[in-house]
Amino acid sequence: MGKIKLTSVDFAGTKEQEAELRKMLKELKGTEGALMPALQKAQGIYGYLPIEVQKIVSEELGVPLEKIFGVVTFYTQFLLNPNGKYDISVCLGTACYVKGAGDVIEKIQNRLDIAPGDCTSDLKFSLNATRCIGCCGLAPVMTINGEVFGKVKADEVDAILDKFKD
Amino acid sequence: MKKINLKINGLSVTVPEGTTILEAANIAGIKIPTLCYLKDINKIGACRVCVVEVKGARNLVASCVYPVSEGMEVITNSPKVLDSRKKTVELLLSNHNQDCLSCVRNGSCELNKLSYELGCKSDSYDGVKTESKVDNSSLSIVRDNSKCILCRRCVAACQAYQSVSVIGANSKGFDTHIACAFEQPLGEVSCVNCGQCINVCPTGALREKDEIDEVLEALNNPDKYVVVGTAPSIRVALGEEFGYPIGKNVEGKMVAALRKLGFKNVFDVDFAADLTIMEEGYEFIDRVKNGGKLPMMTSCSPAWIKFMEHNYPELLDHLSTAKSPQQMFGACCKTYFAEKMGIDPKKMFVVSIMPCTAKKYEKDRPYQSAAGVKDIDAVLTTRELARLIKRCGIMFNNLKNEQFDAPLGIGSGAGLIFGATGGVMEAALRTVASVLTGSDLNNIDFNEVRGNSSVKEAVYDIAGMKVKVAVVSSLSAARDMMEKVKQGKADYHFIEVMSCPGGCVNGGGQPILDAHTRNTVDYKKLRASAIYKTDKAMKLRMSHHNPAIREIYDSYFEKPNSHKAHEALHTKYVKRNSFN
Repeated sequence: MGKIKLTSVDFAGTKEQEAELRKMLKELKGTEGALMPALQKAQGIYGYLPIEVQKIVSEELGVPLEKIFGVVTFYTQFLLNPNGKYDISVCLGTACYVKGAGDVIEKIQNRLDIAPGDCTSDLKFSLNATRCIGCCGLAPVMTINGEVFGKVKADEVDAILDKFKD
Repeated sequence: MKKINLKINGLSVTVPEGTTILEAANIAGIKIPTLCYLKDINKIGACRVCVVEVKGARNLVASCVYPVSEGMEVITNSPKVLDSRKKTVELLLSNHNQDCLSCVRNGSCELNKLSYELGCKSDSYDGVKTESKVDNSSLSIVRDNSKCILCRRCVAACQAYQSVSVIGANSKGFDTHIACAFEQPLGEVSCVNCGQCINVCPTGALREKDEIDEVLEALNNPDKYVVVGTAPSIRVALGEEFGYPIGKNVEGKMVAALRKLGFKNVFDVDFAADLTIMEEGYEFIDRVKNGGKLPMMTSCSPAWIKFMEHNYPELLDHLSTAKSPQQMFGACCKTYFAEKMGIDPKKMFVVSIMPCTAKKYEKDRPYQSAAGVKDIDAVLTTRELARLIKRCGIMFNNLKNEQFDAPLGIGSGAGLIFGATGGVMEAALRTVASVLTGSDLNNIDFNEVRGNSSVKEAVYDIAGMKVKVAVVSSLSAARDMMEKVKQGKADYHFIEVMSCPGGCVNGGGQPILDAHTRNTVDYKKLRASAIYKTDKAMKLRMSHHNPAIREIYDSYFEKPNSHKAHEALHTKYVKRNSFN
């Protein structure tokens, strides 16, 4: 259905996070248009908006869960999947793509066993396919937490990921 | 209120300020086609089918949301308007599963009708189609998004009528689709199976889970003894499927058709409604006399029961433990009647004809098997019964009237009025008042609890006691009422709740009426009037006077709320959470 990617990562929210979330929601309750700021703040607390968090928002604000999910899946600013400690982006813009970015992202998917938009269950790596990031001369390009790797070949992927062990 | 003068297609019209162009056109007798618009619940101007030309306006405007203004000149059928509507519908068709030949809505599809009226070609635009899977997870409702046009009428019905809100638009742009939170299947969320979404769907994207084949198979199985019972509100709606006007009582033809289909006995669930009154009525008297939980709430409507289990589990002990009439009917068939006839209940196949999709869910609930096997084997909606009659080549309109079989086909007027909001309350009051005062009332019309408003209240003086009652229909009104109960602000003795607005005459299994009819005809009132008219003309109008009811207690259940009656005719509820 659609192109919604649900997370396969187990929820690991803490009691402190939940207390902070509920306190924030109680303050927002009743104000007009509370849902958007509530979701932004909830994402600020957890980094993403899994079902466990959306259910709390639903309970506290009295907004149906489906309505919340509709808003979350409408705006790209909201994430259904957590970002890993190391957030990998592979450019699939035209230049990168013709230079073999497809092979690169496939290699990463196989090694980490996750699809684009997803995160490994140990929350170490998340993977995203992006549009042109503006350095086509380096195609194909990938970034890890902002660090740029250019002219990447599929068989160099292992060596690059090995640098991010901790 | 200020009046506004305008011209529509050259015709002068005067309407109150704030009226939309669409409403003004209706008043003037000019029809503007609509698709997403539903009066009172869905005014979103999204589909662009109702566009009209307004002199001086830059673009065509959506008449369903555009207010009239003084001196306005509107054209509803200019070439520009007709061309725009045609293109709009053709674009919808380009992303529509054109499975029209075998679609359950063949003949009642609003998209089909519009594309015919607008002269659309089905293949004007060729392009990618959104991918979707049929959601078959619910026991009551099937969603096929390949036929969805994203009008959001189902979303509006779920929210506005029922405050259930388990469906909505997910994702965006071309990927937008109607589904549940986190793409959960409908059968796994807190959907109550009421089927109001089906009734408002303009296409075949929503339908009931069809059980016609199971019923045909049973009817053709020589080892099965197949009986049928019809709910009170079927007889005043079924005729619509065969061209009769809304509000025509076709009981006699319906019975004849069922007999022709091969059912061994054709019974009337009105009987079981009478039995419900006895069980629920005596339970009420017991609660009042012995300090039981009040207000007591009715338990006939299975969507209401599931709604309570999800949203107010702490109030479940307010619900009467009496099974619904459908389940009492099945229980009586497989215990009392099976014993009487010497039939093994395992070989009996009981079909109920219901105005309701939630009844399909109810039949599979736990604690609904009096004889050790399910009380009810199959549930057909009014629509499915019409299709079954048509499939078997029965000429419904030519049938001669026939009567239900005894004993489970004998019902009173009190049982019949269960089909309209307020009917259960009135039927209960007729019997409870007679029992408490020790003699029958002179006037048994309780007009205060009749009619289509979503909340009705009355106080009756019965045997020196002031009995305060409330009658609620639609789950959004029920939610408001439950909040009052929770806060201790509802000092009623007895509350009737029907899930569907107007009660069973407007159930989710009833014949589908197109948006234009829904927007312009008070069909709930017409169907309900047919019920009250029939009740008024009946001699037997009180449940406790029903000879078949007296007989079943004398020879089988002993007395209302006896141990034996409790075993067969009462049930239990389960606590759920608000999400699933």
